[in-house]
Amino acid sequence: MNPLLSVSGLRVGFGRNPEANEVVRGVSFDLAAGETLAIVGESGSGKSVTALSINRLVDFGGGRILGGSIKLRRAEDSVLDLTTATERQLTRIRGAEIGMIFQEPMTSLNPVLTIGTQIEESFRLHRGLTGRRATAAARDALERVRIPDAARRLNYYPNQLSGGMLQRVMIATALACSPRLLIADEPTTALDVTVQAQIMALLAELKQETGMSMIFITHDIGLVAGIADKVVVMQNGQAVEQGELSQILDHPQHPYTQHLLHAVPHFASGRSTRSDGPRGNMEPAAAALKVQDLMVRFPVTGGFFGRATGAVHAVEGVDFDLMPGETLAIVGESGSGKSTTARAILGLVRSRGSFTIGVRQADAGQSARPVQMVFQNPYSSLNPRLTVESLLAEPVIATGGRVNAQTRAKMVALLDRVSLPENSLERYPHEFSGGQRQRLCIARALMLNPSVVVLDEAVSALDVSVQAKVLELLVDLQRDYGLAYLFISHDMAVVERIAHRIAVIYAGQIVEIGDAKSVLSAPQHPYTKRLIAAVPSIDRRHEHYELDTRQVPSLVRPLGFEPGRAEWTQFGPDHRARAET
Amino acid sequence: MNYLTRRLVTFPFVLIGVSSLVFVAIRMVPGDSITAMLGTDAGLLTPTQREALAVYFGIDQPWFVQYGRWLLGLLQGDLGISVTYGKPVFEVILKRFPLTLELALLSMIIALSVGVPAGVFAATHNERPSDLAVRIVAMIGQSTPSFVLGLLIIYALSAGFGVLPIMGEFSPLWQDPLANLSQLIFPAITLGFAFAASVTRISRSAMLDILSEDYVRTARSKGASSRSVTWRHALPNALIPVVTLSGIEFGYLLGGAVIVEQIYALPGLGRMVLGAILQRDYALVQGTVLFIALNFMIVNLLVDLAYFALDPRIRLRDR
Amino acid sequence: MRIFRAIFAHTSGRIGGTIVLLYLFIAALGALGLTPHDPLMQYRVDRLMAPNATYWMGTDLFGRDLASRLMTGIGQSFTVAFFSVAVATLAGTALGLTAAWFGRLWDGAVMRSMDVLLAFPAILLAMLIVAVFGAGTWNSIAAIGIVYTPIFTRVVRGPALSLKTREFVDAARTFGSSGRYILTRHLLLNLVAPLTVQVTLALAWALLTEAGLSFLGLGTQPPAPSLGLMLSDSRNLMETAPWLMIFPGLTIMASILGFNLLGDALRDILDPKTRRSRA
Repeated sequence: MNPLLSVSGLRVGFGRNPEANEVVRGVSFDLAAGETLAIVGESGSGKSVTALSINRLVDFGGGRILGGSIKLRRAEDSVLDLTTATERQLTRIRGAEIGMIFQEPMTSLNPVLTIGTQIEESFRLHRGLTGRRATAAARDALERVRIPDAARRLNYYPNQLSGGMLQRVMIATALACSPRLLIADEPTTALDVTVQAQIMALLAELKQETGMSMIFITHDIGLVAGIADKVVVMQNGQAVEQGELSQILDHPQHPYTQHLLHAVPHFASGRSTRSDGPRGNMEPAAAALKVQDLMVRFPVTGGFFGRATGAVHAVEGVDFDLMPGETLAIVGESGSGKSTTARAILGLVRSRGSFTIGVRQADAGQSARPVQMVFQNPYSSLNPRLTVESLLAEPVIATGGRVNAQTRAKMVALLDRVSLPENSLERYPHEFSGGQRQRLCIARALMLNPSVVVLDEAVSALDVSVQAKVLELLVDLQRDYGLAYLFISHDMAVVERIAHRIAVIYAGQIVEIGDAKSVLSAPQHPYTKRLIAAVPSIDRRHEHYELDTRQVPSLVRPLGFEPGRAEWTQFGPDHRARAET
Repeated sequence: MNYLTRRLVTFPFVLIGVSSLVFVAIRMVPGDSITAMLGTDAGLLTPTQREALAVYFGIDQPWFVQYGRWLLGLLQGDLGISVTYGKPVFEVILKRFPLTLELALLSMIIALSVGVPAGVFAATHNERPSDLAVRIVAMIGQSTPSFVLGLLIIYALSAGFGVLPIMGEFSPLWQDPLANLSQLIFPAITLGFAFAASVTRISRSAMLDILSEDYVRTARSKGASSRSVTWRHALPNALIPVVTLSGIEFGYLLGGAVIVEQIYALPGLGRMVLGAILQRDYALVQGTVLFIALNFMIVNLLVDLAYFALDPRIRLRDR
Repeated sequence: MRIFRAIFAHTSGRIGGTIVLLYLFIAALGALGLTPHDPLMQYRVDRLMAPNATYWMGTDLFGRDLASRLMTGIGQSFTVAFFSVAVATLAGTALGLTAAWFGRLWDGAVMRSMDVLLAFPAILLAMLIVAVFGAGTWNSIAAIGIVYTPIFTRVVRGPALSLKTREFVDAARTFGSSGRYILTRHLLLNLVAPLTVQVTLALAWALLTEAGLSFLGLGTQPPAPSLGLMLSDSRNLMETAPWLMIFPGLTIMASILGFNLLGDALRDILDPKTRRSRA
């Protein structure tokens, strides 16, 4: 059978001297009509550039195609090499024969145009529709991506819709003129996991309905396990392995593919949790951190004089305790209040409730500030104008200490402990990679000998293989120093690797808490069930996604609102869930 | 409270601040007001005459009474009496204002109609020789003071063509449009040149930023042509900083009118206020400065309204 | 030193940097009295002479050497520009930083006051100040300094507010760093780059405003040489002695151009955002 798309020996470079900056170095693959091809790789692998080369959008980002061919079989059965096509030919192909969706739905739609106008544009360009007929077509397109109340939504501007909704709009736009090939460039990376599951299900259904081909770019091999027919694994601009999905998943040949499949966290429904937790030991130790009835509310002001009209109940009656040497993961989606919980514990937001920070009867050098934090973004949590030495010295100075030979020795030891080169002290943050910076942040947090470290999405911004290494480091440090971790994350695969216990937070409240294994393998609360069902997993690739379009409820409450007391149901020695009424 | 209400609420406060500042500034002139007002002639006054004048101008009262009266007068459009013209300040201002306003608006029209296309052109020809040429001209334009350019234009006109721009009596637009335009075109070019350069630079850099936005890539992935991408998708977004600049620059244009009117000897507000300063006609200085500041504030309020129309992110933020 | 190398590696930085250095050199010569002639001396017999070997740029109506007057005039303009920008930078940084840091009432008070100042067109406000306090060098400095203070306040406050929400400031709070430490090491240190750019561009505006004020007769008073005044005086002699207009005009233009080019170069070098969009 003749392929729809045939890429061979594709080479792409960037900048003034593209030959020297080759990002894609000889990639070849074929795609048959109706097939789905996944291109998997980490950042810098050239996967997105490969995708953007197919419809030649790469030209506008400063890229140049240096060699190879991209042959597209067109509707009338002629074959066109896209590497030599004219811009005029390309504008007729883009949108009509090749549609594309992108990673960031929030920034991928024009903020000053209504979504209706933006969908209509496709019909106007390729079908010549105008006026009422274009509007009707746009409405149908929105309905096709299961957006309720489509006619009204046409008049919305992008900033009035959530990320998941915007990605549906993007899909509607891309599929408006029924292209035979859809390129999806990490379309769910910026979205919450339940929304991701919805989008994946939608794409699978639409593919079924239209019989289109699809190229799906992702860093997460688990995500495409349920949808791809073929997989190309890319590393450093080259396709290191390609083949049928089952072949790649079950019998990977290349060491990098094996690494991606085995070294990197994948969700395994509670089968790969840690078993070195401190609980269950005979002697119940004092908690390193005990949080009782934590509450964070932000006033909502309105009206002419800015009176308080209500409050956002961001965190509502959160209770937990954390033992020395234990990791408690707080998982939830964006807006659930998990980061606010962390910030409240560190005193970065005003809160009510009580904390007991149990300092074990202090050894010498025990911290003045026993709780420390590592932030999500390694690029903004280090002041770019300070050297590593000043960065590490800050906590010491802040707690009234002196920077002397002893402090410096400690800095050197810690840098060594987090595997950073010895000469790091005089260097500036921008000289380090993302993973190295996060190691720096960890070292900084340890300067004060804390007993508790709050890790707020501390590995989320890192590439998957870097993630795995930082997680290993965290586990080692926990063992060495007896640290207690409060690990805030949205990523169930990562949580499974590091947590002893898990608290699931939803709409500002903990809905389920317990030991990691039983929460992940036998979730009890409906939200936890939904969350875990949405996590992509290689094992469960043959299961069907279910469409669930429920939105997170509003956290804005009227003045004086007090929630009822929680009723808890016990499901095991250390596993309980909130009873829903 | 949304963006627009906030702007409307702060407006009167800023207005009170502006009027107080002008009031206080004028009271800080060294020496007593009568001397300040009449200059050397004050020496000829008898004490009784002084007293009478002080009562007439209300300066025998304590400062807060004076301020209260002055504010009350402001509300009724009473800015006091000009000593040099012997007429109410407001009347003197209104007679001169049309010229200055027209000059500023004409400069703005010239600047925007040249600057925006030039900036878009440069951005779509990024790093090519034509872009470089536009950038060089804009850089030089931005560095050319109006008084240098104005003198050069007058010199070029008289030395090259033996003509001089028409000076003297002003012909209003509604009486003789042709005479009016031929009188104002060179002053407007002088005043608007640097502004056109700024508009070019800012629209170029805004376009460049926006052309690398994700949504422009989306438009291209739909098959939009380069022309449609530039004008339909990028330009409306790029106009937002241009509107901001225009609001700020309008003030500079009103201020710059002082210099340009001086060069071309045009009987506008700017030239009048300069004369008033040199002749120590403080009531007139005070009234004119306040009047110009008020105009500037109103324009900035209009600019905020323009934002509201142009940018749905601002319009819908509070929903 | 690294910054100098970067400036001179940048095309417009090279041109702008050279112009600015050249002006500084000339101003220094002028200040040391190393001019070809006495700038105030009236060589009555040599009135209105065109440029020649003795008077490189000709003489004015009173027979004073134009080149010498320009040299001293540059020094005068630069003095006013540097001092007024220094005033504006110090005042604006202090106000903007504290407004961002303390927020609430102080922020509101500072920003509304700045709104009041910004409600006046720059040159008009400067004129008003000069009208009240009288013309002269120090009053020009005060006037221009006050006029540009709100701009610096805004330039500092905006980035300071966004720096305040950055994670490294949150991190500093979790260690318990003092307010002074956070203000100086985390905020101010990161504001040095945008401030440098702003200072350079403000020097260009200050030169422009100073020349404008003295052109209107509200700046430096005669007989002291000043570029704006020389230009203003040249108007009536335009046809007989065009050099009286052309040389001061070009001198003013080139000085403003120099700082504008330098400011652009610094923005490219120091501001990572534009660096990204150029890449």
